[in-house]
Amino acid sequence: MHDNGHNSTEHTVENGKKGQSCYQVLTAVFIIPTLAILFFLGILSTEQIKYPVLSTVIFLPIAGALFIFLLNRQNESLIKWSCLVISIANFILSMPLYTRFDKTTANMQFVERHDWIPSWGVKYALGVDGISVLFVLLSALLTILCVTVSWTSIKDKIKEFYAALLLIEGSMIGVFCSLDLFLFYILWEAMLIPMYLLIGVWGGPNRIYAAIKFFLFTLVGSLLMLVGIIVLYFNTGNSFDILQMMKTNYPYNMQILLFWAFFAAFAVKVPMFPVHTWLPDAHTEAPTAGSVILAGILIKMGAYGFLRFNMPLFPEATKALAPAMMVLSVVAIIYGAVICLGQTDLKRLIAYSSVSHMGFVTLGLFALNPQGIQGGILQMVNHGIVTGALFLCVGIIYERTHTRQIADYGGAATVFPIYSAFFMVFTLASVGLPGTNGFIGEFLIILGGFTASNLMGVLAATGVIIGAAYMLWLYQNVFFVETNPKLLGHGYGDMDSREILTLLPLLILVFWIGVYPNTFLSFMDASVQNLIERVNTAGQPQVAQQIIEVIK
Amino acid sequence: MEKYVVLIPLLPLIGFFINILLGRAVTKDKAHSVAILAVFGSFLFSLMAFYEVAQGNTLNYDVYSWVVCGNFKVTIGFLIDQLTVIMLIVVTTVSLLVHIYSVGYMHGDPGYYRFFSYLNLFTFSMLMLVTSNNLLQLYLGWEAVGLCSYFLIGYWYQKKTAADAGKKAFIVNRFGDFGFGIGVIVIFLTIGSIQYSDLFSKVGMLQGQTVYIMGYNVDLITLIALLLFCGAVGKSAQIPLHVWLPDAMEGPTPVSALIHAATMVTAGVFMVARFNPLFNLSEVAMNVVAITGALTALFAATIALVQNDIKRIIAYSTCSQLGYMFLACGVGAYGAGIFHLYTHAFFKALLFLGAGSVMHAMAGELNIQKMGGLRKYMPVTYWTFLIASLSIAGIPGLAGFFSKDEILWLAYNGGTTGKIVWIMGTIVAGLTAFYSFRIIWLTFFGKFRGTHEQEHHLHESPKVMTIPLILLAIGAVAAGWIGIPTVLGGGNWIGHFFEPVLGHPHVHAGHDEEWMVMGISVAVALTGIFVSILFYVWKPDIPKTLGAKYKAIYTTLWNKYYIDELYDFIIVRPVKWTASCLLVDITDTKIIEGIVNGIPKGIAAFGEKIRKLQTGYLQHYAISMAIGLFVILTLVLIAAGK
Repeated sequence: MHDNGHNSTEHTVENGKKGQSCYQVLTAVFIIPTLAILFFLGILSTEQIKYPVLSTVIFLPIAGALFIFLLNRQNESLIKWSCLVISIANFILSMPLYTRFDKTTANMQFVERHDWIPSWGVKYALGVDGISVLFVLLSALLTILCVTVSWTSIKDKIKEFYAALLLIEGSMIGVFCSLDLFLFYILWEAMLIPMYLLIGVWGGPNRIYAAIKFFLFTLVGSLLMLVGIIVLYFNTGNSFDILQMMKTNYPYNMQILLFWAFFAAFAVKVPMFPVHTWLPDAHTEAPTAGSVILAGILIKMGAYGFLRFNMPLFPEATKALAPAMMVLSVVAIIYGAVICLGQTDLKRLIAYSSVSHMGFVTLGLFALNPQGIQGGILQMVNHGIVTGALFLCVGIIYERTHTRQIADYGGAATVFPIYSAFFMVFTLASVGLPGTNGFIGEFLIILGGFTASNLMGVLAATGVIIGAAYMLWLYQNVFFVETNPKLLGHGYGDMDSREILTLLPLLILVFWIGVYPNTFLSFMDASVQNLIERVNTAGQPQVAQQIIEVIK
Repeated sequence: MEKYVVLIPLLPLIGFFINILLGRAVTKDKAHSVAILAVFGSFLFSLMAFYEVAQGNTLNYDVYSWVVCGNFKVTIGFLIDQLTVIMLIVVTTVSLLVHIYSVGYMHGDPGYYRFFSYLNLFTFSMLMLVTSNNLLQLYLGWEAVGLCSYFLIGYWYQKKTAADAGKKAFIVNRFGDFGFGIGVIVIFLTIGSIQYSDLFSKVGMLQGQTVYIMGYNVDLITLIALLLFCGAVGKSAQIPLHVWLPDAMEGPTPVSALIHAATMVTAGVFMVARFNPLFNLSEVAMNVVAITGALTALFAATIALVQNDIKRIIAYSTCSQLGYMFLACGVGAYGAGIFHLYTHAFFKALLFLGAGSVMHAMAGELNIQKMGGLRKYMPVTYWTFLIASLSIAGIPGLAGFFSKDEILWLAYNGGTTGKIVWIMGTIVAGLTAFYSFRIIWLTFFGKFRGTHEQEHHLHESPKVMTIPLILLAIGAVAAGWIGIPTVLGGGNWIGHFFEPVLGHPHVHAGHDEEWMVMGISVAVALTGIFVSILFYVWKPDIPKTLGAKYKAIYTTLWNKYYIDELYDFIIVRPVKWTASCLLVDITDTKIIEGIVNGIPKGIAAFGEKIRKLQTGYLQHYAISMAIGLFVILTLVLIAAGK
């Protein structure tokens, strides 16, 4: 080995470690799936699922986190391996949600219902429908990838890091499954803490500022929602039951106020313009796994909240305020896209592109028609896959070069050929090229948006042009043109097998959804139909409804 | 036919996957064999499909449901009819020859396998585009060919100009596709389906319907047709979205021949012809198509007159010839347009591959002012290039003559617009002959004007490159013989072949007028050639004197009417400025962040004041607690009471 510089010994050591971890991961890749498949077949062969699926996928990671806390700090590989095995096991255990989900009904499935605090009417109630089920699966999948991508990049406080990761997983899944507002709120807030730590402890140089900003933004929004929740509680016969609320018709003025209260919490999370400024900071400073969870799942919760609460609970307000929401969405699409053109930092650019892409999502949702909403939900999944993958990619190269400045790159395609191919696929998915998942989502959203309002549809479509401009600009400056001297002479290797395996599942999903989206669209069909009916039929005065029935 | 039609696009896709996945480790410098085999398979199946369609069997076949969402449903499926099979023949033939030629041209390139996998992917995308039976799959092919074009233009990605050109092509095309996409959506909302079969059967119902846009009542069909045409303008490099095509010449020359001459850029023409039932219902849209085509033909031809880069001249020539095809579609002569598309594929691919052969000999030199006398060194290239030039100039008997003549004749028959575009088209015929032969004289005749080193290396290209040239030259001569008009004793077989799909415009004028139209265009073409001999062989100082005398015109043409500069000024810079100065520095940092960070500051200031309430006396706290509790309880009770 040539002595290239003062830190060449460090590199040797790192490479050695990498080689070892590759080997371990390879073993894992063969052993664990074999076990998984056996286990999976076991699940399929029995008529009834023998375990409460939702409780399991929520509490296994939380129990896993506690288990990791008990491990010896020195035994790093045991910590990592436990975390990996737990996250994979959790993904496997969540599989019945995919295989046994009844796509023909809009009802809640896999329902679990127990009294929790009877005196307050609080229940421990879980369930999924076509709107939430995909996010449970996506959370379980992304957590595994977060573990593998952090394998060598997280070097201190390893124990706490992996425990936090599992805690986030459990609470995230819980948020998507809760059918009780009290439980929902607890998990919603609980999730903030490990995320705050993830940014604040393992983040970049400006991490404290970013973490506090993230925390305060979301907290302020959530407090308004808390007020809303309490009001709902008293107006639903002292109950936190979401399903019951979905059947209740609240007075119009109250609906409007509650809509805004919940909107405050969700708009910050999405994030919608103009409360988006925490996102670039949080993303830039967060460690790779943090960015992936943030982009992949956390910001989806805002849009999920609109679907789960604002629309079915306050249908009249939703109908009345939808135009305003669509305008905000289109502003986010264009604003987020144009501002990307002025970015110099890889992660910041992708973060702002999230603002634009989430603008598409909310536009689709508030178009209030099947194409818009299904496109919106699919685009939430797509954005989780693609932006998650892009952040993973940035993490992978950052681990080598320790810079996120676009100007420090150039000609990377020569240095990292395999990496550049992966990055290209995700770039194309991000710009919505047909054949990738991004296209299906964006097309359905623009179709839905155009149906609801021609002007909004057309304006949203301009976001697609700008999207191509900034992503291709990014790709060119990082991967094309002459190789930047800063990338040479360090012996940077292309992606190793661990990294390839991290990105591969997402790559497959990009094409799967692009070529055969019906696998995923069919999940939401019934639930979305039901939701639209709820929004459209609400608010017709009782008398009018009776007259209609009489006429029939 | 349904048994093998799927294989036509699928084989190149398989070839792509084999080479892109295994290229670095396994296929390496043998990558071409996989790629060529795949395209050859598609070529054979295309011939079979052609045979079956010629027997009168057409096919509309759905493979699977692609997207189902609410009442929106679209399939992956194939429509094989007269129009499709001609496109299949064009695409697979030219693609096959370009693949073979590339074996020689790209020999020894470090990204050899990558090049062939992109070519395969392109072939797949183009075949998906032409065989589609619905608008969304068309859009898939449409964007995918654009992507391949992006990859291949920027193939030598280390070169900044190449990477820039690829990006420019992609983004400019997105502008066109923006309109196209909206068009698809409007079709769905008005017809309720985007399958061709539903569209064509129901489009008549839209006649007379209008939509209200910004204070105007716009005819619905016109709106849809023009939106779709936006896509065609982008893809086929028509005014005002033509700017990407000349820059696209940064790609390897076989790519220019395949993508930027014979196939991808003609997709716009194909699309307009495919939707002829729609376009036929809107006179306004038809006129827009015809005028855009005629203007581009004229505009691009004038630029081509003065350029010195051999590939750029041919690129402008492509723009111009595509203009002819749109001109034809715009006067309802879709069959003639597609016929020209088909002959053009042969002679234009030949011109590009010939130029590639010249570049190969000249170590990459592109400036025709630095060439000369190459006839002696590379006879095959010279003869094939000459044949292509004669064909594009419209010399009787060659392919280009028949198709161009058909277009001009049908334009002449097409009312006022037809007469106008006929005159423009005839002028362009003269310009075309001039600039095509300008290349011939400057490149192959006279004395060599390059460096000694270049002169020393001059050689004919290897067989693997010259054989495709010869085959294409045969096409450039004979391809037109399937459309010999009746006045010349032919049966215009191609015109009748297309009739079930594309119809045939009514011809009012008689045979003598047809002879006149033909005579004029031949005379004009010969004049063009004559002037080029005068300028570049007999009196070589004329161009310089003219250039000096009409300096304003010359520099305008030389700078391509300053369109690139204009776009830079009105689009690129304002957007960049908005992004980096306005949004990043002002809106986000100052305004939004200012407010957001201002609130905590305000709270802090407020807290300073409030701190004074914290007196430290227990009784004060007790009183405030009591008051607080009272207020909360009251509120709760009131709320519960409701």
